[in-house]
Amino acid sequence: MTTLDLTGLESRPSQVWGAVRLVPLVRDEPVDDLRLRPELYGDVAGLVQVGPRHAYVSYIPHGFVATWTNDSTPAAAYGTQMSADGNAAPAATMGLRFHHRMARRQAKNRLRFLPMHLALEGYLALHFGGPSIAWEEWSQRAIRQGLSPRVEEAYVGTEVHGLGDALRIFEIHPNQCGVMLYVADALAAVFAVPHPDDYRALHPTLLQDLYGELIHHYATLMPPVREFRARIPDAQIRSLAHLRTAVADQERTWTHFHDTTMATGLLEHTYTWQTVHRMERFTLSRFLPTFRPKQENHIGEAITDDRGRIAYLKTFRLSENQVRRGHLLSRLAAKSWHLADTAVDLGIDEAQLGLRLESAGFGFLLRQDVLDAYRKQERTRDQR
Amino acid sequence: MDSYGDLIAADDVLLFVNAAITSTGQREFHSDAGEQRLSLDFLHAYMLGNYRDLYAGVLALDINDYNAVLIVRRLLETTNEATAGQRRSEGRLIAARLAMLPPQRVYRLFDALRRARVNNRRTRAIMRDWLSARPDLAFDAVKYRSGLKRALRHAHLAPGHAHLAPSAEELGPFVFAPLTRKRYATPLLETWRRAHYEKAALYELPFTAAEGFAAKHGIPRDVFLQRIAPRMTRLETLRLQESAHQRGATDVQADLTRMPLTRLAAYVLSLPVEDRLRRRHELTHALESAAGRAAGSHRASWGKVTAVLDDSFSAFGSAHKRRRPLAVALACHYLLAALAGDYTGLWTSGRTDALLTYPYGPTPLGRRILDALDTTPSRLVIVSDGWDNAPPGLAAEVLRIWRTRLDPERRTSIVHVNPVYDAADFDVRRLTATVPTAGIRDAEDLPPLVELAQFTEGRTGLAELSTYMDTRAARMLSGHNHEQAR
Repeated sequence: MTTLDLTGLESRPSQVWGAVRLVPLVRDEPVDDLRLRPELYGDVAGLVQVGPRHAYVSYIPHGFVATWTNDSTPAAAYGTQMSADGNAAPAATMGLRFHHRMARRQAKNRLRFLPMHLALEGYLALHFGGPSIAWEEWSQRAIRQGLSPRVEEAYVGTEVHGLGDALRIFEIHPNQCGVMLYVADALAAVFAVPHPDDYRALHPTLLQDLYGELIHHYATLMPPVREFRARIPDAQIRSLAHLRTAVADQERTWTHFHDTTMATGLLEHTYTWQTVHRMERFTLSRFLPTFRPKQENHIGEAITDDRGRIAYLKTFRLSENQVRRGHLLSRLAAKSWHLADTAVDLGIDEAQLGLRLESAGFGFLLRQDVLDAYRKQERTRDQR
Repeated sequence: MDSYGDLIAADDVLLFVNAAITSTGQREFHSDAGEQRLSLDFLHAYMLGNYRDLYAGVLALDINDYNAVLIVRRLLETTNEATAGQRRSEGRLIAARLAMLPPQRVYRLFDALRRARVNNRRTRAIMRDWLSARPDLAFDAVKYRSGLKRALRHAHLAPGHAHLAPSAEELGPFVFAPLTRKRYATPLLETWRRAHYEKAALYELPFTAAEGFAAKHGIPRDVFLQRIAPRMTRLETLRLQESAHQRGATDVQADLTRMPLTRLAAYVLSLPVEDRLRRRHELTHALESAAGRAAGSHRASWGKVTAVLDDSFSAFGSAHKRRRPLAVALACHYLLAALAGDYTGLWTSGRTDALLTYPYGPTPLGRRILDALDTTPSRLVIVSDGWDNAPPGLAAEVLRIWRTRLDPERRTSIVHVNPVYDAADFDVRRLTATVPTAGIRDAEDLPPLVELAQFTEGRTGLAELSTYMDTRAARMLSGHNHEQAR
């Protein structure tokens, strides 16, 4: 249980378009020994230095599609992957079948996100395997298959109003390795990579990324957000040198304000970390929030180096429904999936918990007769 | 003292002039073509409705061809709203402006008038006068055949009309029923007829007309380009040089030292950085000589000048106007070096080699302006699209404090020129109210624009502005406009 630490990534002045605010994250020293798989550079291969590199670990972000396999069919990386050998196919892929039009586009430019509902569904399944103890209330399906397959709803970036334009006109900073994406000043996603070249290659893919329904609604309904314009009090300024100091102050003020106010929803909370993979000095892990209902909750994946600094980071802001579901599941998991204990823990009775599970979309996890009994119990209580 | 209404009028006119200089109804970095056109159409309608005289007077300023055509069109469409005096002065301005426009634009204007069913007597007279002033109608008949045909038909002009000599009696059949004749006495018309059957003949035609025949005869592109090279115009050569060289047609060789400055800058920016490095000497020489020509009599008369030039990513412009803002900045860089006695150019990215510049990175204008003010210039020129974003508003604060606290006596004159029209604001984007901002299309117009920009500071009123526009109109009518000298 630790917080997320963005040391090494410094925020720079935001750029605003409509309701979208993009805050660039700049790295003083790029991480050279963890790089994007060369296949994924796609169109920008000409712009970045893909050429001969010394030994490095390569990574493939979750959900990226390329022709990994020998029979040249496209496949998607399932979960972010690392490999020491630049040419080996990723261990976990998911075969994809495209209909004709999609396949043609696929041939022209191999880099793209897979239809991302697969990816998101993956997230919850990756994090929750289902009941660990087969208490009798759980249905056979829940025990055998866990929560998978679960369909989580999210919107592709292209459907988020104004995001396409915001990303198109965004001016990438030199040494920029990441971005924090706000919609209506709610943090939607953080994306950070080890090296500026990787960022240039992946910047447009933010549009094919997934965003929760909250973000989609905010983008549609909110008026344009304000720029934080620089203001210099002119009373004490008597020379250009004074003015220069004041300008530097302005820049520091913004960084401080952003890191301590705007990003708190992400940075100040603790996360449950689960290490997935270690390779040389890098560790790939996934993190889950503590699922606080009615607050900001982010899930994500990160690659950290031996000093614990973030090399790669990708977060997703959960929508309110997802938080509620996650909250229920995490409380259940904490009580070893025992319904009665969990109900006591939440301060409600067992039937209420059962119905809450049902309304959260987990009705199929409970045995039918148990669920019916809960419903009856609730009805008689209402009549009383 | 001007009345409040006059101040607003002056403001509106300047706003419109800025729009008419910069916007071409094409996509820009921040707005698409539709937004640009909608915004521009509103401005035209507003100006025409409220300040008809000033609207016509704008024709004498350095506005771009796209807007000049729009103004002419709107004036002709609303002829019946004008008084007799207005018609006379407008007519002279229109005729003078049409004479300066490239012929293809004028033919397109005539076609637009035809489609809009504008066929009043003034329109017909203007078309007749313009056509009779064409140096070689036979050439027009070959190169702009459909344009000329529609113009003649729309203006009710008989090709045998006394005004339309020479080759008058052949022109009618050529335009309306070209292949009915066995022979033409006029050499160019005869060449055109022969080009239908004989490959060699097409190389004596203008490039655009020959291109169609080359396709008809199935001539390979490289052979065609190689042989047609002597018939290309200056700008056609510049435009086709790179693609011709890739195909091995080495005879297409533009004389770079004769190109206009901004076009040349756009050409340089279209080259890959390695090519620019290899041809550094040649390109620098061409840019410098073009700048020297553009500076003309103003050469080395501006004292100590520092420029802040925007090469941020937004200087890419759009797929329509590729690298246009950056080309303007690069051209200004060389022009200012010619105009100034002592010149410093600062790029927003911090790079120092102007020739190798490309659009990249954010726009830290505030910082760069500070660096520029450190050089204690007598004149500071800022060339930027005005999207100051690292951090936003810093440039405005630095300029405000400089004006109000550090330099209240205005020892340094500061001007901001902006190559991009901001459709949402109906103006070019300003950095701050304390610094005049002017739109810019071609860097060559910088000296007159700096004159004009003084008006946007809000210190001069409508009377002075009208005087200025009258002088410009008189200068254009007397044929001494600098655009023709270019």
